[in-house]
Amino acid sequence: MSNIDYNTRVVEMKNITKKFGDFTANDNIDLTVHKGEIHALLGENGAGKTTLMNILYGLYQPTSGEIFINGQKVQVTNPNVAIGLGIGMVHQHFMLIDPFTVTQNIMLGMEESKGLGILDLDKATKKVEELSKKYGLYVDPNAYIQDISVGMQQRVEILKALYRGADILILDEPTAVLTPQEIEELMVIMRSLTDQGKTVIIITHKLKEIKQVADYCTIIRRGKKIDTVKVEDVSEEELASMMVGRNVSFKVDKAHKEPGEVVLEIDNLYVKDNRGLDAVKGLSLQLRKGEVLGIAGVDGNGQKELLEALTGLRKAESGRILMKGKDITNLSPREIIDSGINNIPEDRQKRGLVLDFTVAENLILENYHKKPFSNKGRLNHKAIDDFASESIEKFDVRPRNIRQLAGALSGGNQQKVILAREITNDPDVLIAAQPTRGLDVGAIEYVHKYLINQRDNDKAVLLISFELDEIMDVSDRIAVIYNGKIVDVIDAKDADEKTIGLLMAGGGVDNE
Amino acid sequence: MNKGNKIVITFISILFGLIVGALALLIAGFNPLEAYQIMFQGIFGSPKYISWTIVRSTPLILTGISVAFAFKTGLFNIGAEGQYIIGSLVATLVGYFFELPIVIHAIVAMLAGCLAAAIWGGIAGLLKARFGINEVITTIMLNWTALYFSNYVVFWEPFKRPNRDASQQILDTASIEILENWKVSDAGREFLSNNQFLKDFLNPPVNFGFIIAILVAILVWYILKHTTLGYQLKAVGFNRDAAEYGGIDIKKNMVVAMMIAGAIAGLAGATQVLGVSKETAILTAAEGYGFDGMAVALIASSNPIACIPAGLLFGGLKYAGSKLQPSIGAPLEVINITIGVIVFFIAMPKLIHILQSAISKRKRGVKVENTK
Repeated sequence: MSNIDYNTRVVEMKNITKKFGDFTANDNIDLTVHKGEIHALLGENGAGKTTLMNILYGLYQPTSGEIFINGQKVQVTNPNVAIGLGIGMVHQHFMLIDPFTVTQNIMLGMEESKGLGILDLDKATKKVEELSKKYGLYVDPNAYIQDISVGMQQRVEILKALYRGADILILDEPTAVLTPQEIEELMVIMRSLTDQGKTVIIITHKLKEIKQVADYCTIIRRGKKIDTVKVEDVSEEELASMMVGRNVSFKVDKAHKEPGEVVLEIDNLYVKDNRGLDAVKGLSLQLRKGEVLGIAGVDGNGQKELLEALTGLRKAESGRILMKGKDITNLSPREIIDSGINNIPEDRQKRGLVLDFTVAENLILENYHKKPFSNKGRLNHKAIDDFASESIEKFDVRPRNIRQLAGALSGGNQQKVILAREITNDPDVLIAAQPTRGLDVGAIEYVHKYLINQRDNDKAVLLISFELDEIMDVSDRIAVIYNGKIVDVIDAKDADEKTIGLLMAGGGVDNE
Repeated sequence: MNKGNKIVITFISILFGLIVGALALLIAGFNPLEAYQIMFQGIFGSPKYISWTIVRSTPLILTGISVAFAFKTGLFNIGAEGQYIIGSLVATLVGYFFELPIVIHAIVAMLAGCLAAAIWGGIAGLLKARFGINEVITTIMLNWTALYFSNYVVFWEPFKRPNRDASQQILDTASIEILENWKVSDAGREFLSNNQFLKDFLNPPVNFGFIIAILVAILVWYILKHTTLGYQLKAVGFNRDAAEYGGIDIKKNMVVAMMIAGAIAGLAGATQVLGVSKETAILTAAEGYGFDGMAVALIASSNPIACIPAGLLFGGLKYAGSKLQPSIGAPLEVINITIGVIVFFIAMPKLIHILQSAISKRKRGVKVENTK
């Protein structure tokens, strides 16, 4: 049951325009949010959702427009003003201090004192416990941030905002980093917050979640507001087409294809994690030409270590990796790339791109030492620029500027740059790790199309993803990873979500 | 931030530095206009002063490039000081003990200084690559190690000059001073007596160091901009993880980067010995060329070419500042304040941005009122 109080407009933003130089990030946007509402802001990457919320939170000043909080016209000149107005924001990237406890993080900046500057930790802890009970945000107040999961850390961020008396909570892409279970829990938390009279604004591009949890949804496309809709009145498809401005197909089109010979073979592989424990435990797998093999599994079952061993970034303890019959176990990353394996890395900002390099420079990251990009140690800028111009045209990287720094691109366009680089190499094996993480539906469709395209060209694709839907849509065969081992390989035609889900959770594993 | 903007900020920072320096002078009871006039005269008043400024600036340009280069590759080279010391020590050793033909001797001495300093810098790189020890800590420690090592070697009997706290002087064949012998020869004296400008200009130990510094600046710029080595080094500097993923050997690159940075700082020491001091003195504390190099690199915002004007500015201020004391009794510290403020403002571009936008807003405001 919703608790929306239609008489109280807690947030009203009128004709908000924000310009960065010549670029208009927000163009005359109106937004009205009532008390007790969960309001979703939907839009593609770079549409201007976060900019709008940063204005509300006082991080940016609008070029023009007015903001009313509870009917009062306000000037939110900085986040402290926003906090004073009861606005709290949880950013996509958490701002927590790892070696501090949950309580220490929450009270940071508003420490309880026994007087004379002596900390009263007990009092703060008690306050945190009360808040966490009230809203169903269960955390251990004495745990260290570095020891708790990402989902827990997010709760700490929410508690931090509540501790400062927030009545309006802005959550920026809150589910991007969460596991499916944690997402479920977050939904419950959001409901419990609105039940107690709080208002929640979530920035997202995940339609499923909007349908599940939001009351209203405002769609923003390229800086302009398209519409505000009541969520129960619209379908996911309608939301998607409003967001990208055209019809989007959720189904991945692919024709049947007989897979060819084995190209990549993993045989009884053992890999240790950072703590020195076995993460991949005797994993065996075969990848064939002309197929997409999906690896389904819950995060933390050895996917990361497997990926790093396959790409030469982590040492394999034992076992073998064969590429077209040649042993490539523990070769250097460059030797592995040269053997025909390319990789779309899991974390595009950490591994995939040098954010301070231009698009052109990023596009040659693996090939800068080869002709035509360089000759005898000298870079050939013309060849690099020509290649870059061609690539950004072909892969529709926006803006069309090869001198743009990669860090200034939106997530989707960053991924396109990586895709352009990895696919132009035309690798025999493409390992795609979480290739659509944080992307909007338009960009996801695009990435999937390219993966299928590789397969249709008789190349092999290994897809590692935590999104079961993605695995089921794109793969020809599905291998389920659990506890460092492949527990089963199923033909995608015969797969259903329930069996795979069970396998992912360790069900069906004999005598363990 | 674009290039034009950076240059504007640099100039505004220099202006602020001079203003604050003027205030300091005023508070200390001196006439800032008079002081600045003395300094200006002190640099441009005579060809002799100009050449002194260049001579003083040369090592600062090189150590500046060293720090700037390391910075571009993601490393903080606090060790330019130590590398400078090693470079000058080894250049002196080679300059004194080796007997080689002119020109060749100088080149060998210079390269030996570079190589030794490259190894010295490479130690810090290796420690970082192999054991993950922060280069800031190792290079600081290596600075002191270099200082005492140099003193130890200078005390060595066959090398020490009797009755002096310095080494033997390098042989004339190793000198890079321009027209050194000709200047004092009869023919030279006679020629110079008829040419006052040249006589003045050549009075200080004008040497090839400055030309070498310019060539090094261009070379470093070229490496960073146009070579695969530079691409690799920058990739490692900006994002180690992505570089590793792209197949770049990050450990090797760290060592190479520190070696190159070391070689450049070592070259600063070598040119100073071969062109100016001709000897290595026993030092009680570091001379500060390496540390001043950090300020030069900052003013140049790590652009190797910009290190040339930045080094000249820094060297010029220091040289001219030393003239305040004898003429009006103003302390050299005023100049240090000025330099400090310049660096301070450059390190805070945001402050300048705020000031800029405040000024432009006021201007806009005036305009709006006028149209009303």
